[in-house]
Amino acid sequence: MQVFRKIGLGVSAMLVSFSAFADYAWNFPTPATPMALDTLHVHNKFMLISMAIFVSVLAIMIYSIFAHRKSKGFKAVADKAPSTAVEIFWTLIPFVILLVIDFVIMGIPAYHSVIMMENTREKADMVIKITGSQWRWQYEYLDGDAKGVKFVSNLSTPKEQTDKGFDGKKDEHYLLEVDNRLVLPVGKKVRILMTSTDVLHNWWVPQFGSSRVAVPGFLRETWVQVEKEGTYRGQCKELCGKGHGYMPIVVDAMPAEEYKAWVASKKDELAKASAGADKEWTKEDLVATGKGVYEKNCAVCHQVSGAGLPPAFPALTGSKVANGPIFGADGKYLKDSHLDRVLNGKNVMPSWKALLNDTEIAAVITYERNALGNSVGDVLQPSQVKTARQ
Amino acid sequence: MSTTTVAHHDDHAEHPTGIMRWLTTTNHKDIGTMYLTFSLIMFFVGGAMILGIRAELFKPGLQLMNPEFFNQLIGVHALIMIFAALMPAATGFANWMIPLQIGAPDMALPRLNNWGFWLLPPSAILLTLPFTLALFGIGDGALATGWTFYPPLSVQGGIGVDFAIFAVHLLGISSVLGSINVIVTVFNMRAPGMTLMKMPMFVWGWLITAFLLIATIPVLAGAVTMLLTDRHFGTHFFDAAGGGDPIMFQHLFWFFGHPEVYILLLPVWGFIPQILETFSRKPMYGYKAQVYSLWGIGALAVVVWAHHFFTAGMPVPALLYFMYSTMAISLPLAVLFFCWIKTMWRGSMSFETPMLFAVGWIILFGIGGLTGLVLADVAADAQYHNSYFVVAHFHYTLFAGGIMGIMAGTYYWLPKMTGHMYSEKLGKLHFWLTAISFNMTFIPQFFLGLAGMPRRIPDYALQFAEFNMISSIAAFTLGLSQLLFVYNIVSCARGGKKATDKVWEGAQGLEWTLPSPPPYHSFTEQPVIK
Repeated sequence: MQVFRKIGLGVSAMLVSFSAFADYAWNFPTPATPMALDTLHVHNKFMLISMAIFVSVLAIMIYSIFAHRKSKGFKAVADKAPSTAVEIFWTLIPFVILLVIDFVIMGIPAYHSVIMMENTREKADMVIKITGSQWRWQYEYLDGDAKGVKFVSNLSTPKEQTDKGFDGKKDEHYLLEVDNRLVLPVGKKVRILMTSTDVLHNWWVPQFGSSRVAVPGFLRETWVQVEKEGTYRGQCKELCGKGHGYMPIVVDAMPAEEYKAWVASKKDELAKASAGADKEWTKEDLVATGKGVYEKNCAVCHQVSGAGLPPAFPALTGSKVANGPIFGADGKYLKDSHLDRVLNGKNVMPSWKALLNDTEIAAVITYERNALGNSVGDVLQPSQVKTARQ
Repeated sequence: MSTTTVAHHDDHAEHPTGIMRWLTTTNHKDIGTMYLTFSLIMFFVGGAMILGIRAELFKPGLQLMNPEFFNQLIGVHALIMIFAALMPAATGFANWMIPLQIGAPDMALPRLNNWGFWLLPPSAILLTLPFTLALFGIGDGALATGWTFYPPLSVQGGIGVDFAIFAVHLLGISSVLGSINVIVTVFNMRAPGMTLMKMPMFVWGWLITAFLLIATIPVLAGAVTMLLTDRHFGTHFFDAAGGGDPIMFQHLFWFFGHPEVYILLLPVWGFIPQILETFSRKPMYGYKAQVYSLWGIGALAVVVWAHHFFTAGMPVPALLYFMYSTMAISLPLAVLFFCWIKTMWRGSMSFETPMLFAVGWIILFGIGGLTGLVLADVAADAQYHNSYFVVAHFHYTLFAGGIMGIMAGTYYWLPKMTGHMYSEKLGKLHFWLTAISFNMTFIPQFFLGLAGMPRRIPDYALQFAEFNMISSIAAFTLGLSQLLFVYNIVSCARGGKKATDKVWEGAQGLEWTLPSPPPYHSFTEQPVIK
C-alpha cells in the first residue's frame, strides 16, 4: 500500500502545483530559431520515450511488489538455474531495445541536429562577434550595413534592487535587463563568433537554443536565425566569478527597415561619442560623466564608495595608483600609473581598452582622482587617452 | 558502534585503548567504522552548506550572503559530498565487508589502510579552513570556482584554490591507497573455492571501482598540479597567451570526473542486488550478465568524458563520437535494471527498510539514468547544459543513486556490524521522508532548468521564484529528515534487540555466517566454498 500512497502523494502534489502555477513554464520557452525548434522536438520526443520506458518498467515492478510479497503468502519461485544461452537471450532483450532507441530512434535525429547546429557558415547573412568579460557582454558587427558598430551591454537593473537585504518591489525584468541591447534583423542567419577577455563565459538565450562557451584567446562559433520579432532574454551560463548572476543578455529582433534605422542611429551615436573625444572637457563634466561610468563598470568590485573589497579588490580611496602621477617627463604615460592600469589591467583587474571609449576612460579616471575621497585635482582629457592608445 | 565492538571482544584486548586504538588501528572493522563515521559527519557538513544555498535561493534577491560566499559554498559542498561523504562511505563498506564476504581475516595491507583513512581528516580541514581564515582577514575564503576548478577562473582565484588543490591531492592519495588494498585483498585473500565468478556482487563492484580510481585519480592530480604551477610558477598550460588552452583542463578534469560518477555508483550497484535477493528470498538473476555489465560500464566510463562540455566547442566528429559512446552506457545499464527487477520478480518479498531503500533507489536512479540519456544528445545538451536541469539530473544519480544506495547498505549491514537491530519504524519513516522530500526538492529543478535558469547563480529572475521556493522548503525537510538516520544509527550502536547471525531470513553470503557483531579478527580459519 505504501507505494500507492507515495504515488497518490506525488500526483496530488503535482495537481496542486499545476493549478497554482497554471501559466508556469513546464517545458522550454517558445522557440524563436530553427535550432531551438529542433531542440524542443528532440526534447519532447526523448521525454516521451523516457516516460514510456520508465512507466512500463515501473508498472512491472509495482505489479511484482504487490503480487509477489511474503505477507500475501507468495512463495519464491526460484529461477531455474538458467543455462548461459537462456540468460544471454533474456539479458539481450533490454540490450537490444536500448540499442534501437539509442542509435536509431534517438541517434538518427540527433545526428541531423548536430550537423545543423555546427553549420555556422553556410548561407550566413551577417557576422557578429560577442566578447564576454567579467561581467558584461560586448557586441561588434563585423560586416554589412552595421560594420563597425560596437558597444558594451551591462546589467541595468537598479543597483539597490540587487543589493543584499533589498525588500521592495523588483522590476518586471529583474536581473534580465541591459542598457544596450543586441539588435538583430528578423529572418537572417547570423553567424556568431565568440570569445572572452578573461575567464570562461557562456552566451545563452534559451529561446534561441544555442549556447556556446566564450574562451579567452580562442574563437568559438555558433549561429542564430531569429524567426519572430520580439525581445529575447538570457544569461551567462558558465560560472565566471562573483558577477556571474549579473550578466544578462537581451536581444531585440527587428524587421529589416527597423533594423536599418537602428543601425543608422547607433552609428550616429558612436560618431558623436568619438567626436567628443577631440574637444576639451571641463573637470565638472568629466567628473559627472565619470560617476556614471564608474558605477556601471567599476563599482561591482571597487564599491560605490571606493572602499573596495580587500584583499581581492583594493580600495581606490587613498590608493597609490589613483593618487600617483599619470604622465612622465617625456609626456608618455608611466608604467603602473592610473591610466596604464585602466587601459591594460593587471591580474584580476581587466583591461578596459576595448570596453570603454576615450571619453569614458578619461572621465572615469578623472572621477576616481577627484572623488571617492581622493583629491588629486588634475584632469585627464579624452584626447590624451586617444594619444595614449597609439 | 565502536564501543560495543570492544565490549564484546575483550578477549582481543591486545590493541591499545582510547584514542590510541583509533590512531594506530590496523583492523579492517575499526578502520571501516572510522570511514563510515567520518563520512556521516561530512555528509552533514556538506548538507549544512547546501542548506545555506537553498535558504539564499528561497526567494529572489540577496538575503543572507554575498555572491562571493555563495560561490564558495557551492563548490565546497560538491567536493565534500563527493570526496568526503560518498567515497569514504563506499570505502568504509569495502573495509568492513570485503574481508567478510570473501572469507578473509582482514584486508591485505592493514597499515596502508590506516594511513588511507588518516589522510582524510586533514584534507577535510584543508577544504574548509579558508572559510575560517577569511574570518580572521587571511585570504578571501574557500574555492569559489565550483568543484570543477575551471581555469582561468581558478587561476584568478584566491588561496582557497590552493587549499582545495592540496586537499584533492590528499584525498586522491587516500583513494588510490584504498584501491590498491582492495585489489590486493580480492586477488590474494579469497577463501578456497571462491573463484572470481563466485564473488559477491559488492566485491565485483568495488574491484572495478578500484581499477577506475587507479586509472583516473593520477590524471586529476596531474591536472590540479598543472593548475597550481599556472597559478604560482609562471607556466601557461591553460593560458592561451602562453600557448596553452583553458579547455584542455576540462578534458583532463573530466577524464577523471566522468569515471568518478561510476566510482561512486559501482559499489552501490554491487550491494543493491544483494539486498534485492535477500528480501526477495531467491538468488539474484543474471549474475554473469551483471558482472559483464559492470565491466562494460567500467570500460565505457573512461571513453565518454567530453559530454560534460559539449558547449565548449569541438569538431563535429568528436561531438558525434562522444554523443554515441555516452548513449552506449545505457545498454549495460538496461541489462542491470532488467536483472534487478527480474530478481524481485516472483520472489517472496518483504519490505524492511533496506528493501524500501533499494526499491526506491531503482526508481529514482532510473530517473537519473533516463535524464542522462537525453543529456547525451548534443543539440539538446546546448539547452540543458549548466542549467538546473543538469543539477536535478546529477542529484538523481548521486543523491538517489549514491547516497540513498549507501543508506540501503547501512540499514542492511548495520545489525551485522553492531549486533543490534535498528528501529524498523524509524527506518521506514526515514525512507519515506527522504524519498518524498528528495523528489520535491529536485523535480522543480528540472522545470527550472527547462525554463532557463542557469546553475550557480546567487540571485534569479522573478519567473523562477515559485519553483525555487518549493525546492528550498523540501530541501530543508530532506536535511532535517537525516537527523532520524543518525539517531537510528547511534541508538542501534548503543543497544537494542539482539541481532541473530543471519539477521535477515533470506540473507546469503559469508558475512552472515559469522556472529553479529563479528569477532575482532573475522575468519581465523578460512571457510571453504563449494
